Amino acid sequence: MGQHLMKGNEALVHGALLGGATHYFGYPITPASEIAHAAAELFPRCGRHFLQAECEVSSINMLYGAAAAGARVMTGSSGPGLSLMAEGLSYLSGAELPSLVVDVQRAGPGLGYIWPEQADYNFIVHGAGHGSHSGIVLAPNSAQEMCDCAYRAFELAERYRATVFILADAYIGQVMEPVELPHKLLVNPHKDWALYGDAASRGNLHTSIYLKLEELEGHNNHLQEKYRRMEEEIVDYEEVATEDAEYLFVAYGITSRICHSALRELRGRGVRIGMLRPKTLFPFPSRRLAALAGQVKLMVAAELSAGQMVRDVRLAVDGKVEVELYNWMGGRIPTTDEIVERLAKTAAGRKA
Amino acid sequence: MHTIKHHKADSLYTTFERKAPGAEVSHYCPGCGHGTAHNLIAEAIDDLGIQDRTIFCSPVGCSVFAYYYFDVGNIQCAHGRAPAVASAMRRVHEDAVIISYQGDGDLAGIGMSQIVHAANRGENLTIFFINNAIYGMTGGQMAPTTIVGQKTVTTPGGRHAANEGFPIGVAEIIASLHAPVFVERVSLANATKVMKARMAIRKALRNQVEKKGFSFVEILSPCPVNWKMTPVEARRWLENHLEPVFPVGNLRDLAKGPFDPLDRKKPARVSERRIFEILGVNEEEPHSGTVRLKEEQNVKIAGFGGQGVLSAGVLLANCAIAEGLNTTWLPSYGAEMRGGTANAGINISHDSIGSPIVTHPNALIVMNLPSLDAFEDTVRPGGAIYVNSSLAKRPIHRTDITPYYVPASDMAVDLGAIQCAGVILLTVYALVSGAITIETLQKVIPLSIKRKNLLDLNLRAIEAGIAWHRENCR
Repeated sequence: MGQHLMKGNEALVHGALLGGATHYFGYPITPASEIAHAAAELFPRCGRHFLQAECEVSSINMLYGAAAAGARVMTGSSGPGLSLMAEGLSYLSGAELPSLVVDVQRAGPGLGYIWPEQADYNFIVHGAGHGSHSGIVLAPNSAQEMCDCAYRAFELAERYRATVFILADAYIGQVMEPVELPHKLLVNPHKDWALYGDAASRGNLHTSIYLKLEELEGHNNHLQEKYRRMEEEIVDYEEVATEDAEYLFVAYGITSRICHSALRELRGRGVRIGMLRPKTLFPFPSRRLAALAGQVKLMVAAELSAGQMVRDVRLAVDGKVEVELYNWMGGRIPTTDEIVERLAKTAAGRKA
Repeated sequence: MHTIKHHKADSLYTTFERKAPGAEVSHYCPGCGHGTAHNLIAEAIDDLGIQDRTIFCSPVGCSVFAYYYFDVGNIQCAHGRAPAVASAMRRVHEDAVIISYQGDGDLAGIGMSQIVHAANRGENLTIFFINNAIYGMTGGQMAPTTIVGQKTVTTPGGRHAANEGFPIGVAEIIASLHAPVFVERVSLANATKVMKARMAIRKALRNQVEKKGFSFVEILSPCPVNWKMTPVEARRWLENHLEPVFPVGNLRDLAKGPFDPLDRKKPARVSERRIFEILGVNEEEPHSGTVRLKEEQNVKIAGFGGQGVLSAGVLLANCAIAEGLNTTWLPSYGAEMRGGTANAGINISHDSIGSPIVTHPNALIVMNLPSLDAFEDTVRPGGAIYVNSSLAKRPIHRTDITPYYVPASDMAVDLGAIQCAGVILLTVYALVSGAITIETLQKVIPLSIKRKNLLDLNLRAIEAGIAWHRENCR
């Protein structure tokens, strides 16, 4: 099998194209720019369309238009760009138009800097923009998963008529790793609800305004019902060494990679630690965490933010087990040793 | 001669079911210009025979419900963003007729960026801009086009240029751009002017059908309710007060756009086979798979930016893949790269790799003195350090790691290409560590270096590295 060394951001574009992406609209921003670069190069060569938008407000509305027109459409950006997209993200959810939005997280707030952080979690996972809405949030932790997530994103988005987010970070975007590309080219299907500029689709309408209270209430209930269905159907996570675990790391993205190294080191020292890595952040693997709460003595939520994902972990375990937060901000990345020492100390303290 | 139809246009619904079952009356106020504008557009759609092909973008504002009336494909857009929405739809369906219908708050206020950029791209679209100098649906607030002195609920004393600025002439702004093919301002003040508006609307739509490019019609339109006038007074005020500020007339009418519309340059359909080729699906990599690592390799390569540090790392990672091993490559990042030393961390392992970050390398390759100073202490005890002794002219101080002092830059200069120093050091690392074989290095290098003379130099650099190792590591 052929493997290619490529950056996470490049792998993502390869995966999207093989997943049937037809259109890319976006505005460059570090550390997501390689996505736009690769898309500008590869989309036209593959007979697809690329356009650099004047700003992220326009990018996201281009997604709205292209999705309504039946395209498989995507954009890539980072925190400051996502903030500008908030309005459009809400409209996309309101009108139930499927698309792919990639956030390669950088350190914030404000302009922050281009180092990795995971502080867009609340914003993306709990509904970017106004109103009660959300999208499916995938959390890759390798270049291979950047490819795989993008590859399946459009089918997921269309299945639920929802936005699929890929919530990556500067390191997962920049890391080069061997990537095996999917061997099947997915095709954009015809959608009965889309606007094709023809007689058959003339009666179609995309809107998010409802003048009657009962209709808007019903629309909201319908969206929430859809989100519940996602939780039944597509929660995804990876478990490492959980069978006999007394301690549990909960981490995603780059942090899960570092925790994985720490886990191996700790296991070597006889500490019974496992890891649950959410691969979908929305829907969140709450049920599995609740089950593990009856098994482990302590959960450690590790993340590059003031503590955002940790709240979902605590909500999931509902006080049944203590959840400690290991966190770093402003672009600081923990070393494997740092996590090992901290957890080992905690474990030793509890044994004593 | 044009004839005026007195029945409802076919491209308007007979009854407005989306408004309410059986509804026959629109939601617009008596004397409002929207009804007139809707009728003129619908008639033009009928006459051009484009009803099935038409997609109508409703804005935010009074005409948010244009889809109650137009029996065409419909999409309601976020405030001001319709030109971006329409631009994208244009790039999906080249033969659709896409109309963006926007008010003054929508287009000239919140959406000024979107309209200017869509116009500047010369999108093959038709924009109808309803300018009534006030916000209607929101309740009579100032618009960007409210005239100086005009009283609104947010300019109760009248608009002051010194505080709120002057009214914006959007048609003039659009006409200042190169790309648009048709820009006209019309008025709905009286029947004669409505006939002119009708002509402009038709032209703007026909241009799109003929794929000429961006057409823009600004329609001065009465809003009697928010102007607090009767419909008759409103039309008179429109003529006497708005028209002097916003002169009606054609500002641009080109027979042909300044460039071929994108539709005509659309790439041909690309076969699946070709797409696989472009993306590298099924491409076979060289794969020897004979190496057994003594231990997982955590390599850091550091040096000045421009010394090929990052690309040497990529070469090493590519070799690892060719050996059938797992690998990661992560560059140093951001400000530290500009600070003089660039570095890349490469892990090579038989197992899956956890953290891609190399904090404590067991092999450090340093191309210059600052990198030696910065990273010597990070090397794991028992590890190795490969020093470009041409530039890092000091012995290491650590006694628990093995140094290899390779005058790589001097050797590279002798070969005729200083940029090959990294490959020389990499060759020595390969021979000492056994993590990758020389055969693999020789096989992989041509894949990353396309220029023949550089390839030869790099292959000679490998030979030089082998020779140095033979002479110094026995």
